[in-house]
Amino acid sequence: MEKKRYDAVVIGAGVTGSAIARELSRYQAEICVLEKGEDVCTGTSKANSAIVHGGFDAKTGSLKAKMNVLGNRMMTQVAEELDVPFRRNGAFVLCFDENDMPALDELYERGVTNGVENLKILTGDEAREMEPALSDTVVAALFCPSSGIVCPFELTLGFAENAEKNGVEFKFECGVQNIRRENDLYILETEQGEIETRAVINAAGVHADEIHDMLLPHAFTITPRRGEYCLCDKNAGNLVDKTIFQLPTKLGKGILVTPTVHGNLLLGPTAENIEDREDTATTQSGLAFVLEKAGMSVKNVPSRQIITSFSGLRACADRGDFILEESAPNFFEAAGIESPGLTSAPAIGVYMAEMAAKALGLTKKESFNPVRHGVVHLNSLSVEERAEKIRENPLYGSIVCRCETISEGEIVDAIRRPLGAKTLDGVKRRTRAGMGRCQAGFCSPRVMDILARELNLPLTAIRKNEKGSEIVFGKTK
Amino acid sequence: MENKITKSLVIIGGGPAGLAAAVAAAENGLPAEDILILERDGRLGGILNQCIHNGFGLHTFKEELTGPEYAARFEERAKALHIPYKLGAMVLSISPEKVVTAVSREDGLFTVEAGAVILAMGCRERSRGALNIPGFRPAGVFSAGTAQRLVNMEGYMPGREVVILGSGDIGLIMARRMTLEGAKVHVVAELQPYSGGLKRNIVQCLDDFGIPLKLSHTVTEIHGKDRVTGVTISAVDDKLKPIPGTEEYYSCDTLLLSVGLIPENELTLGAGAPLSRVTNGPVVNESLETGVPGIFACGNVLHVHDLVDYVSEEAAQAGRAAAKYVQGGSKETAEPLSGGIKLEAKGGVRYTVPSIIHPENMPDTLTVRFRVGGIYKNSFISVYFGDQRVQHRKKTVMAPGEMEQVLLKKADLQNIDFDTVTVTVEAE
Repeated sequence: MEKKRYDAVVIGAGVTGSAIARELSRYQAEICVLEKGEDVCTGTSKANSAIVHGGFDAKTGSLKAKMNVLGNRMMTQVAEELDVPFRRNGAFVLCFDENDMPALDELYERGVTNGVENLKILTGDEAREMEPALSDTVVAALFCPSSGIVCPFELTLGFAENAEKNGVEFKFECGVQNIRRENDLYILETEQGEIETRAVINAAGVHADEIHDMLLPHAFTITPRRGEYCLCDKNAGNLVDKTIFQLPTKLGKGILVTPTVHGNLLLGPTAENIEDREDTATTQSGLAFVLEKAGMSVKNVPSRQIITSFSGLRACADRGDFILEESAPNFFEAAGIESPGLTSAPAIGVYMAEMAAKALGLTKKESFNPVRHGVVHLNSLSVEERAEKIRENPLYGSIVCRCETISEGEIVDAIRRPLGAKTLDGVKRRTRAGMGRCQAGFCSPRVMDILARELNLPLTAIRKNEKGSEIVFGKTK
Repeated sequence: MENKITKSLVIIGGGPAGLAAAVAAAENGLPAEDILILERDGRLGGILNQCIHNGFGLHTFKEELTGPEYAARFEERAKALHIPYKLGAMVLSISPEKVVTAVSREDGLFTVEAGAVILAMGCRERSRGALNIPGFRPAGVFSAGTAQRLVNMEGYMPGREVVILGSGDIGLIMARRMTLEGAKVHVVAELQPYSGGLKRNIVQCLDDFGIPLKLSHTVTEIHGKDRVTGVTISAVDDKLKPIPGTEEYYSCDTLLLSVGLIPENELTLGAGAPLSRVTNGPVVNESLETGVPGIFACGNVLHVHDLVDYVSEEAAQAGRAAAKYVQGGSKETAEPLSGGIKLEAKGGVRYTVPSIIHPENMPDTLTVRFRVGGIYKNSFISVYFGDQRVQHRKKTVMAPGEMEQVLLKKADLQNIDFDTVTVTVEAE
């Protein structure tokens, strides 16, 4: 059998790789995404602040500033097309000391120069009037109405599923081990054999420099910067309505307090450069730091309402800016995509796809369909719609996850859809089953049963996430 | 919406509390067909279905039953009385007007206009997240109840080399269960200087199998990215903070958590009934009626029990009170939590259930249940009417893991000149 030759292979199915794949799927081309994990959204994209930043923070003229502002503006349409929960809740940057006011003014000025609209500096009292939970020590705040919150899982899934629908192939557990150039083609040596392609797009997150170094002399270094977070119960979700940042001072960048788009409250992150690119462990000191710093912003940190903690690794490049370039002929790189990477993803997707399409001489196809429908969440439906849905399919009447009231119908949809869930975490990210206050205590055995049934696997093969995370070992005596 | 029915009494939950409440309501004059039990699981019996060990029913039936056997006794009585029930029916909300909205595979979305409601939803286990234990988030971290379900209901082993954090009863039972299934349970670590479980479970589930119990210890880190490879256990000081330098590494593939149960009261809050900050259950009066007239509560949703026999007793009381409420017609009830005699928990007594008594509505003898906040040896449980001590009973040992009770007589609470009854622990 003749080997399939792709026009472009994207390495990495995080939000950046998935966005690039989706934008490339607008063109007539054979596209493939290679992901070393078992699913989309298993690295940095699954563990971050889930913020759509305004764009006042990034250095003027940088790619970060450009992509951030552009990505923020694109997010409304992208969320609409891809059925992604997104809300422009606005953000505050808090100032706790009159002496720091010049820094707040500078942030305002930078935001205006970067093209961020409707920025405003508020007094402490004005800020507290809008957000009564704010600490009494707040003396002023920068208000950015265009800042928002988004579901990072759904954004990544939306891009990926839409790319798939428009013809992109995805290969999971297909880590790239080496890359070589042969006759104007790239040969990717992967866990699943060799793959030929005209172009490569490196969107490998914290591993992007390793991918680069497989082909080219070392040019940049990615340092994983770990951020630890605490997530609180929905009972605490309305403590604040806006995303509350702290003004970066000489004591550090501070941490944020924000509602999530699903109504929880998120505190974090820490910022710690680490060596190990897989080290997503949380630490005692990190979690304590988050709670302590959050206490500067709001009066009563709901520490008793914490339902889980987690950490994510930002892929920080030593150049200090996003790396978005053609590093060798038809070898493109989207590297160093740290914050504001999630916000920038829609813009990076277009930027990189256009760069690659131009180099490859690709033409757009008419059949591209920009619309993706996510798993229908019964909670978001009206009583009538919900009743109708259950009449159509009684599985929607069977509640599996009590805390988030997620039905078997939703879980089956998450498993059966294109690029469907294969693991407990995959189901969790697609449906929220297991994300509530009991943290999957009740529903995990039932979700395991459904996964085993739908995927026709023994229960012993059902995993939490990657290889080696099987949940049960074997039958009892 | 057309899918609407009316019932005199809706019971949320078909576990031991819900079943006993239903039986008592039917036996106290409420026509069975006017009652409806809504159970979210696929069968009646609740958590007892996975409690296949024996030791249930010593008080109620004077014999040792397994959990499923105990549940079956009540299930049979409910079925003999022809009390209707729906399975796989998850209640989504209860309005203060007692309109219950639920969903099930068979009935779709439906509402029940209830004359009275008994809350019997039970409790959930505190998770790893709530403890904020640092480390990775691998497979192999289970709450003890989840592991119990996997072993006893699904027939699968969730681990081979096990460490257990917390000495709650389910954790102790699972230490024995996992051992009997061939797993090695290395240690049970308990944050407090005392166990949270029943004494008999410490003896029968740990001591008899040589499993060490480390008091004043906790898990301070979870190792392993995909699957648990080990945990670090540290000693804690008297403020329960880990002591640096005391870390011990245990190689294991599984960490079971038995670190507390939380009454599941999201529906209760939605109905507008205030909760106790101590029990996390609703505040109730002598009829086990919550702050919303006609909504009653019993079992683990009210406060966490250690013996199901007490759940059944308490639930029967709620069932009788609900039947009385319905039969009394739609009389204007005063606020259930206003007026009456206040029950105060003092001196080591953490809470009482109930916390308010209207003597005119109480039975001839009212059981007041409570827990103490620490270990008390050779101490006294005392009851005060106003300033006057009226009960003084010596107890050799009292511990937070074992529920205590005092009895109050209706006759003693007539024509009184005090408005507070205090329950307290005294040294002498």
